[in-house]
Amino acid sequence: MKLNRKWINEEFVDLSAVSDKEFVETMTVFGQKVETWERMDAEIKNVVVGKVLSMVRHPNSDHMFICQVDVGQAEPVQIVTGAQNVHEGDLVPAALHNSWLPGGVHITKGKLRGETSNGMLCSFAELGLTQNDLPGVFADGIWILEPDAGKPGDDINPIIGNDDTVVDFEITNNRPDCYSIIGLAREAAAAFGKEMKHHEPMVKGSDAGSIFEHLDVEVPATELVNRYSSRMVANVKIGPSPKWLRQRLRANGVRPINNIVDITNYVMLEYGQPMHAFDYRYVSSGKIVVREAEDGETLTTLDGNVRNLKAGMLVIADESKPIGLAGIMGGENSEIMDDTTMVVFESANFNGTSIRQTALALGMRTEASGKFEKNLDPMMTIPAVQRACELVELLECGDVLDGTIDIINYIPEPKKLPLEPDRINKLLGTRICKEDMVMYLNRLEIPVEGDTVLVPSFRPDLNLMADLAEEVGRSYGYNEIPITEFRNSTQGGYSQEMKLEAKAGQLCRGLGYSEIITYSFVSPAVFDQIRLPADSPLRNALRIQNPLGEDTSIMRTIALPSMLEILGRNNAYHNKAAKLYEVAKIYLPVEGQPLPEEPKMLLFGSYGEGETFFKLKGEIEALFAGLRLKKASYTAVKDNPSYHPGRCASICMDGVEVGVMGQVHPLVAKNYGIDSEVYCAEISFTKLLGMLLPDATYTPLPKYPSVSRDLALICDENVTVAQVEDVITASAGKLLRKIQLFDIYRGVGVPEGKKSMAFSLELRADDRTLTDGDSEGVVSKVLAALKDKLNASLR
Amino acid sequence: MKQQLESIRQAAMAALENAATPADLEELRVKLLGKKGELTAVLKQMGKLSAEERPVMGQLANNVRAAIEEKLEQRKTAVHAAVLEAKLAAESIDVTIPGDEIEIGHQHPMNQVLQQIKDIFVGLGYQVVEGPEVELADYNFTRLNIEEGHPSRDRSDTFYFTDDDSVLLRTQTSPMQIRVMENAKPPICILAPGRVFRKDEADATHSPMFHQIEGLVVDENITMGDLKGALISCMRKIYGEDAVMRFRPHHFPFTEPSCEMDMQCHKCHGTGEIDGAVCSTCHGEGWIELLGAGMVHPAVLENCGIDSTKYSGFAFGMGLERMAMGRLKITDLRLIFDNDVRFLNQF
Repeated sequence: MKLNRKWINEEFVDLSAVSDKEFVETMTVFGQKVETWERMDAEIKNVVVGKVLSMVRHPNSDHMFICQVDVGQAEPVQIVTGAQNVHEGDLVPAALHNSWLPGGVHITKGKLRGETSNGMLCSFAELGLTQNDLPGVFADGIWILEPDAGKPGDDINPIIGNDDTVVDFEITNNRPDCYSIIGLAREAAAAFGKEMKHHEPMVKGSDAGSIFEHLDVEVPATELVNRYSSRMVANVKIGPSPKWLRQRLRANGVRPINNIVDITNYVMLEYGQPMHAFDYRYVSSGKIVVREAEDGETLTTLDGNVRNLKAGMLVIADESKPIGLAGIMGGENSEIMDDTTMVVFESANFNGTSIRQTALALGMRTEASGKFEKNLDPMMTIPAVQRACELVELLECGDVLDGTIDIINYIPEPKKLPLEPDRINKLLGTRICKEDMVMYLNRLEIPVEGDTVLVPSFRPDLNLMADLAEEVGRSYGYNEIPITEFRNSTQGGYSQEMKLEAKAGQLCRGLGYSEIITYSFVSPAVFDQIRLPADSPLRNALRIQNPLGEDTSIMRTIALPSMLEILGRNNAYHNKAAKLYEVAKIYLPVEGQPLPEEPKMLLFGSYGEGETFFKLKGEIEALFAGLRLKKASYTAVKDNPSYHPGRCASICMDGVEVGVMGQVHPLVAKNYGIDSEVYCAEISFTKLLGMLLPDATYTPLPKYPSVSRDLALICDENVTVAQVEDVITASAGKLLRKIQLFDIYRGVGVPEGKKSMAFSLELRADDRTLTDGDSEGVVSKVLAALKDKLNASLR
Repeated sequence: MKQQLESIRQAAMAALENAATPADLEELRVKLLGKKGELTAVLKQMGKLSAEERPVMGQLANNVRAAIEEKLEQRKTAVHAAVLEAKLAAESIDVTIPGDEIEIGHQHPMNQVLQQIKDIFVGLGYQVVEGPEVELADYNFTRLNIEEGHPSRDRSDTFYFTDDDSVLLRTQTSPMQIRVMENAKPPICILAPGRVFRKDEADATHSPMFHQIEGLVVDENITMGDLKGALISCMRKIYGEDAVMRFRPHHFPFTEPSCEMDMQCHKCHGTGEIDGAVCSTCHGEGWIELLGAGMVHPAVLENCGIDSTKYSGFAFGMGLERMAMGRLKITDLRLIFDNDVRFLNQF
């Protein structure tokens, strides 16, 4: 909401002695936050009124003139102009040497075809004005000022209304009253502790008859229209508004159109009450019906667009057709024209939600709809329409008809609240006396009678003690409320899950993985990109009904695609390698429940030189060891379509699958633009939480040395390391402390279809030094079992 | 014989002095002191001596032996030291050659900032909690006193999963206030960071997914003075003890009175300009908005079954991205979710 300071200074509360900076600071801290502010004259510098004393033709040009211009200095200055509409004796805007015009245009002296020009005579456009601001002024040439505009040397800024500051406020949703000059003036007066001047609009009336002779209003849409007030003006003379009114509109960013339209805009700014003016000629049968549109109805709005209406949208109609989109924009078919002679002013209070939804559906949020959607004060319709009629009389542009049509469907009951100073002080932590509280409320024009606060209709936000506490608190000053050294009685901390997550993160980073953060929503296309089978239950994802786009339309049920997307992006950035991790939520719909499960997954992803299946496996083992988790076992997975069929393992703990790891299937990697090997692991972080080992206790260090026995075994190609280890573990007995694979060999000395695997067995007893016989015994048992179970023999 | 011994001694001393390697020394030891060595050879002649001469010569021979042995030891130490020195000299390296490359991973910068903030609040007695991101409208809006038809409920602002708008992606972390209060009795003191979602196209300052940090304190006799004290001390731990703060009235449906907290711009010290130009850090405002806060609305307490005449509380919420971007001087929000390793490796 824009506010030009001159307006409130002149009409409501004179704060002209307050600097812009102080005004802005004070209003902000009082609760009306200033977004931006600017002096209107900031852009135009060193442009003055000039009087053209003489003009001679330029000797080297057939269209330029050399002017001697009185700019209030001792000597006239010479300025060359190409304009043809200037005459001796005219007052004109003269941009002097080293002057500035809007848009950062810098004017300096120079020579035009050999003749010195100490500046420039300006058109109004060069001063940032439009024909709307200056109706009747010749546009294609130098702006010839009114003879009484000023004297030579006067700064042009005050003359064009630029001696003003425009302050743009961020108005909070609960304060619809502040979408108006009056509302902001009220806040300003309270913020500075000044009295505010009020003006009650007075309409003199005329002998042109009564509204009831001409107009009938029906409001069948009672739910959507709280109040509909209307007055009429006859013998209208459309023309430009006076300068003061145009300048106030311009300062607020509203384009002047003509007197009647300007009046409606002026009242909207001043009171915050949107108004509309219909040309009575086009109100068929003199009847206005405020109703819901029917499906298929259309209306061409003032901006020239054809609007396709739907049932439920509120329209202003005459007997046969819509003539306006209620609270949003008028219809072209009832627009005020230059030959309009009779006008209907509408000042209504519509249901905010309905207006907002219609504006949204039609994609046409306007100044008016923006105000209505905040739910305006229904008590404002009459003062606003009165003010409009008063302005008609002031501008002498028509005769106001007697009578007001005022249809009231809903006016809220006047509210009364008890003033409870003790409770207010207890909530704020202050010791403000009741008298001061009353003073603060009165400054905000909130009356207090005894212990009762009479809430004015323009403050629908005041409903309980806490609301009054805010008014008192901000008037007292939030920054004046004493600060207490707040000490909690509670113990802070993290949940076990959070601690484990933090620890996992540290371990991952120690292993060289960097953390990423990815979107929770993905494209449905990711399922195909990772080659998920058509019947996979993971394809059953929550779908956002109103996504930003298809790319972000479903909640991920699997986090692999998010990781692959980031790997792919890094690859596309020509980053040679990437090692990334994320603790990522997935969202799994639960039958019969409104909310999904949201387990967390720990994702690893890498590509680049040196990345292998076994490197990743080793890193995962290191992570598990660091987190003190139960022993993991790995089994080959050949049918996970996202992974290489020969390089994928399922990870189990305690018989529960906790994850999958491996080389990403080359076709999947290709879908993400990566030609090299990509390794990923998807581990259920939520499941890991249940796999923690109990806290460690001390095991005595060995007293006796261990012996190491190496076994090189020849076995069939399809025998796995895990199988061999299982057999060794099962057959070796309790002296076996550790098995370590140290070589796999195929080639000379090993028959075709066989391989040699070499293991080192560490044997140790707790109570004695082992003898050769002990270790021989273990080895022979192990070899026998290997021969028996796996047909493996010593090489 | 005496002369023999003396000449052995002299020759030995000279030879030992000149020996440069351990091998030379060993060779000399054998030559001089060994079973077939020179000294032994001389001693073998002792039998030819008279009984009077024998002890004298014996003494002399022993003296010579002791002198040689001493010299030998002395030279051994010296030669070994020289050898070690030569070896170390030969082993010297260019220490400016880079070390073996061991890549350490990086925590995402935003989570680094989040971790700092969480640690500060935990130290002040806040329990960190998490909750669902797919949320009920009841928690995200209704019980937070956000009425039906409120603009923030619009489908242009909020992502919905159901036709009746009852299930959505939470637009704020504030539903955690409800989830905590309906399950716990005061005193309550929690911090709830997490993902939130709004229907904004991604650009330099917007993202459809971002993070908030919510705080809630409920107990008997909690005042706005407590809110100020708590937030000022927390924010000074984050931004420095000399940070200047101010509170401004604001509006949130679920707090009353409501406020926003600003910090005086540390670059321009509140003047809004640096060397005559508009301060780029605060865009000329002189203040940087830190968070929104307020006293928990009585209706919200009651919605969670907490007696609003007995208990009061304060709540606050801040945007993590904005805070992280400010602290880390990140100029474009999209970088945060782009996850380019060249970006991640900087932190």
